[in-house]
Amino acid sequence: MADYEVPKLNEYPIIPKLVPDTMKHSAPFIAKEQFQGPLGFPGELPDNWKDVAIDKMGELLGKYRSLQVFLDICVHCGACTDKCHYFLGTTDPKNMPVARQELLRKVYRRYFTFAGKYFPKLVGAVDLTEEVLDDWYSYFHQCSQCRRCSVFCPYGIDTAEISMAAREILDSVGKGQKYCNEIIGKVYVIGNNLGLPEPALKDTLEGLEEEIEEDTGVKVRLPLDEKGADILLVTPSADFFAEPHVDGLIGYAKVFHEAGVSWTCSSKASEAANFGMFIGSYENMRKVSMRIREAALELGVKRIVFGECGHAWRVAYSFLNTLAGPFDFLDQNYPIPQHICEFTNNLIKDNKLRLNKEENDHMKLTFHDSCNVARGAGMGQVEGGQFTIPREVIKASCNYFYDMPQDTIHDATFCCGGGGGLLTDDLMELRVKGAQPRMEALKRVTDEHQVTNIAAICAICKSQFAKTLPYYGFTMDQIVSVHQLVSNAIVLKGSEQEAELDGETE
Amino acid sequence: MTLATTLYVGLFYIATIILVVGVAMRIKKYAQTPSPLVIPTMPAPRTETGVAFRMFREVAFFESLFRSNKWTWIFGYLFHFGMLLVLLRHLRYFTEPVWFWVNWVQPFGKYAAFAMVIGLLGLWARRFLVDRVRYISTPSDHLMLALLVGIGFSGLGMTYLAHTDIVAVKAFFLGLMRFSPQPLPTDPLLMVHLGLVATLMIIFPISKLLHAPGVFFSPTRNQTDSSRERRHIADWAKELEAKQ
Repeated sequence: MADYEVPKLNEYPIIPKLVPDTMKHSAPFIAKEQFQGPLGFPGELPDNWKDVAIDKMGELLGKYRSLQVFLDICVHCGACTDKCHYFLGTTDPKNMPVARQELLRKVYRRYFTFAGKYFPKLVGAVDLTEEVLDDWYSYFHQCSQCRRCSVFCPYGIDTAEISMAAREILDSVGKGQKYCNEIIGKVYVIGNNLGLPEPALKDTLEGLEEEIEEDTGVKVRLPLDEKGADILLVTPSADFFAEPHVDGLIGYAKVFHEAGVSWTCSSKASEAANFGMFIGSYENMRKVSMRIREAALELGVKRIVFGECGHAWRVAYSFLNTLAGPFDFLDQNYPIPQHICEFTNNLIKDNKLRLNKEENDHMKLTFHDSCNVARGAGMGQVEGGQFTIPREVIKASCNYFYDMPQDTIHDATFCCGGGGGLLTDDLMELRVKGAQPRMEALKRVTDEHQVTNIAAICAICKSQFAKTLPYYGFTMDQIVSVHQLVSNAIVLKGSEQEAELDGETE
Repeated sequence: MTLATTLYVGLFYIATIILVVGVAMRIKKYAQTPSPLVIPTMPAPRTETGVAFRMFREVAFFESLFRSNKWTWIFGYLFHFGMLLVLLRHLRYFTEPVWFWVNWVQPFGKYAAFAMVIGLLGLWARRFLVDRVRYISTPSDHLMLALLVGIGFSGLGMTYLAHTDIVAVKAFFLGLMRFSPQPLPTDPLLMVHLGLVATLMIIFPISKLLHAPGVFFSPTRNQTDSSRERRHIADWAKELEAKQ
């Protein structure tokens, strides 16, 4: 199956011994010139690349307090060293968060600090060379910006911030990553990551309407570009395209239908994900975000709801208001934006949804907290709502739910192994190895509670698990969408399911 | 005035200026650099009071470190809390009359020096014994520990083995503070102790010791979870809005 060793799943987590350079060869494909240009980056390494890179670093130090403070204050205590899923899965010491940061920090010291300028050896400062640049490209594309290290750092140092800065510097000297930069280009030209044009979207949505009617006998609408709708649904384009994502989309549609609200997708903002965050580019992140504002204005909606998408939710919850606000033209009685899980959970609490849990009795479930939802965003206007709300939705839809071990859920959750712009086939080895800690935790609940399925609210998690589960003795269909569970359980008014249930009880 | 006294007078004036001005400049830089996005490590407090409480737990109890590694926490806590008591005890050499509560701290401070040194030695041992920590340690990490251990041992030596003329030492420091230098005793332990302390003061603003003021500026710990309610736009980001 692979020309590398798939990590073992142990009964209890083991901190691996260091094996230097095991992942030195791992690097994603470089973006070609044609994809760099539209994002405002050079296509190849300029002659004066060193000056450009150092200037860029200086610029970012002045723009981001996080970068300036984090590069200064690390004391090398080692608290983060066993916290990164990529380190645990690969054993490469440069995947320890502090060591990854040091790749940038040692250059920062050399050019920006007194100690590094005059006593480089003493403080571990080095000149920027092509070798260092290659290390940056390799190892800053082995960080999924999941922020787990920042939870455990006594100063909250967040490697995601360092990785974003490093990728921005790399972009500024023409070393962009193909996967991310091509996708951002597609978003600008077509509107979504997968490059699905408007007619294809329309076709898909109509197909889903037919499917729902066949299953339930109810006409549930999945509108596109419908002006005057109350709600704009912004969801990852994977939801229009592949299992298990699309089952989640069916779930949202059924929930909206039962709520009796009018809603629409937009072909212009047919993508929730914002890859601008992955490459650390505020400008691109802002530009991608502005599509959503423009779509909301053009369609005249009153609310914006986001579908199941982890990094998208971080940008939506934490950044959207800053990047593309103020959203004073929307209905201020609702959170702006709102997560579909918040929307559904409110309906459940108000007893507005009829859910038949038995429809999911063929599954025993666990929930994977997606890293960017858990540590980068919130839900429900209460601290920790991002942990409780999705679980409440699952528990309202299913009879059997079991959490994975405490140190692998909530804010200690492990990344799926494919986040932060690494969900590409040219990084398959990294993705498989990075999934190890999550797979190990899943194995625990499988052994203890015979869990059959793992639910998630992130398109990247779902795609990553569909691909990596089989490497660890599971099957790809074990990953499900949370709203897929809702979709299974929901009893639509006037549906065949309703008739059947009520017939039985009478 | 002896040569030693003159040297140490100069050394401490310079060290104090470097420490105060250096740290002030650094703090100014941290304070003036914008935070263009809201990035608290979530879940984060939704109010300023909550943030103050989070920061207090972080600084007073090393909450995050406690979650991540119990050994580092124990040694780190012994060292930092021991050092705090030791520093408070040392206030008696800079105040006349001595503040009443410094007298209360005095007996604890004397033993806290042991905690401080044990903590430091534990942290140092980790730099050799734990392969992950060994990998990330630089020469300056070891030197910093050596410096602090040296300060601890020379101080303990004067408390328990070879007393110095502490009344004269106090007169020296009060003299420094009043700009009328007094003679400094020349016991070797005292010279070493004070020399290392001055060195520590000098390297503070150019080293990782900046973690002390820096933690208060860490956006992942000092921001509220309020992004949906409030825009946090930086000046440089506003310019992007004006451009389009």
